[in-house]
Amino acid sequence: MATPYQDRKLPDPVLNVGDAHYFEAAGQGKLLLKKCKDCNEVHHFPRGICPFCFSTRVDWVEAKGTGTIYTYSVTRRAGPIAYCIAYVTLDEGISVLTNIVDCDLDTVKIGQKVKLTFKKTENGTAMPMFAPA
Amino acid sequence: MTIKGKAYIAGAYEHPTRKAPDKSVAQLHAECAKGAIEDAGLVKDDVDGYFCAGDAPGMGGISMANYMGLKLRHIDSTDTGGSSYLVHVGHACEAIASGKCNVALITLAGRPRSEGSSGTQVRSRGTGVPEEPFEIPYGPVTVNLYAMAAMRHMYQYGTTAEQLAWVKVAASHHAQHNPNAMLREVVTVKDVLESPMVADPLHRLDCCVVSDGGGALIVVRPEIAKKLKRPLVKIIGTAEAPKHTMGGKLDLTYSGAAWSGPRAFEEAGVKQSDVKYASIYDSFTITVVMQIEDLGFCKKGEGGKFVADGNLIAGSGKFPFNTDGGGLCNNHPANRGGMTKVIEAVRQLRGEAHPAVQVKNCDIALAHGTGGSLGHRHGSATVIMERE
Ligand SMILES: [Zn+2]
Repeated sequence: MATPYQDRKLPDPVLNVGDAHYFEAAGQGKLLLKKCKDCNEVHHFPRGICPFCFSTRVDWVEAKGTGTIYTYSVTRRAGPIAYCIAYVTLDEGISVLTNIVDCDLDTVKIGQKVKLTFKKTENGTAMPMFAPA
Repeated sequence: MTIKGKAYIAGAYEHPTRKAPDKSVAQLHAECAKGAIEDAGLVKDDVDGYFCAGDAPGMGGISMANYMGLKLRHIDSTDTGGSSYLVHVGHACEAIASGKCNVALITLAGRPRSEGSSGTQVRSRGTGVPEEPFEIPYGPVTVNLYAMAAMRHMYQYGTTAEQLAWVKVAASHHAQHNPNAMLREVVTVKDVLESPMVADPLHRLDCCVVSDGGGALIVVRPEIAKKLKRPLVKIIGTAEAPKHTMGGKLDLTYSGAAWSGPRAFEEAGVKQSDVKYASIYDSFTITVVMQIEDLGFCKKGEGGKFVADGNLIAGSGKFPFNTDGGGLCNNHPANRGGMTKVIEAVRQLRGEAHPAVQVKNCDIALAHGTGGSLGHRHGSATVIMERE
């Protein structure tokens, strides 16, 4: 038994004001995070205010693009194509919701090292995803 | 200030329908309200406080107040998903204790079964939701978000699929005695494990039902409760807590019950060992395991062992839960299970549960709910009640 990764139609993100820069960078192969200039904490999803110290001095930083799988679920009955949703803990220390791609989904494991890649939604927006490192 | 002893649950009603293709959501709300008001022995014009959540159609509680012709001096439409109605019980106590109302009505109703809703659909929660552009394209659905919490719990604590299955088995043992339950057939661990895998590690039988229907509660001040002819169910402790992704420093191995539980126990002045019956939110089998741990009924990480081998089955097990069959087998109206959790706890305290599942000398009961997703954002609420 194997569940090879297959591309599926991804719904487009509906952006709010302030989100465009993140997705433009994703289109150039970068995963951006927000970092606070006052408490130095990194957070995700990106906000205009630090959720740790409430400083508004938050800036974009580029993630290294490597991490480990915190948890995952191969979702087998939500549409015609199975997909692997996951939280990946980045080397920067925070976890992001994502998909694990480009592998046999039945081999995915918690603790596995993964690296950044991208898949496009229906309108061509690049979404950060992860594949085995 | 404490709400302990400041309010009583005088009326409780669960709508018998599980499929209502020809009734509107507003009508279901109103039928539930009527049932609870009559159960208490009151009339509609006695109601002066109204509580409802996002399942009520219209703006906050205004449309339903209009539909039902309520004359109100207090209204509260707090929405924390399926836990809302437990939050409402707490808020009703606060409103009564501070003199804002005397007779509080809480309603829930919905028809997700007739409307074709399921836990495998990606759903937006509206416009401007800040996290959605960073989540929706990845396909988060109700089941896989709970599944990710289950997967991490298994990894960290060694919880097994067999242990999770025991939660469903116990619920099915209770549902066989409930003529209104959607699934009345007793199932085995093997049945659960052989049902189709929806989102690893959750099988179809690890998931709750999708049902139409609803329920309602009446909360009143003590002087009123004591004049009515119903058994006295006193509210002695309530607490609520939201939990979220904490800026990315998330931990999916515990729920908001770890915060709301201790505060509710402290207010009630009782211990876990005093609780004779517990209604534990059962959107999925993992929800029950995690909340039992977080509420302190067993050590963190030992929930799997605790629920195994029939320990949750009334009569034979040490920790009878969800004796109506719960959301897993009986009813999960509007995809929100908090209301039915309180209703079955009230039945137990009144001695009105089905004789096959009635807990003997049931003097203290707890109801706990989770609304939203164990896997990233949820509301948690705990209510502890005592028979007087
Ligand atoms: Zn900061």
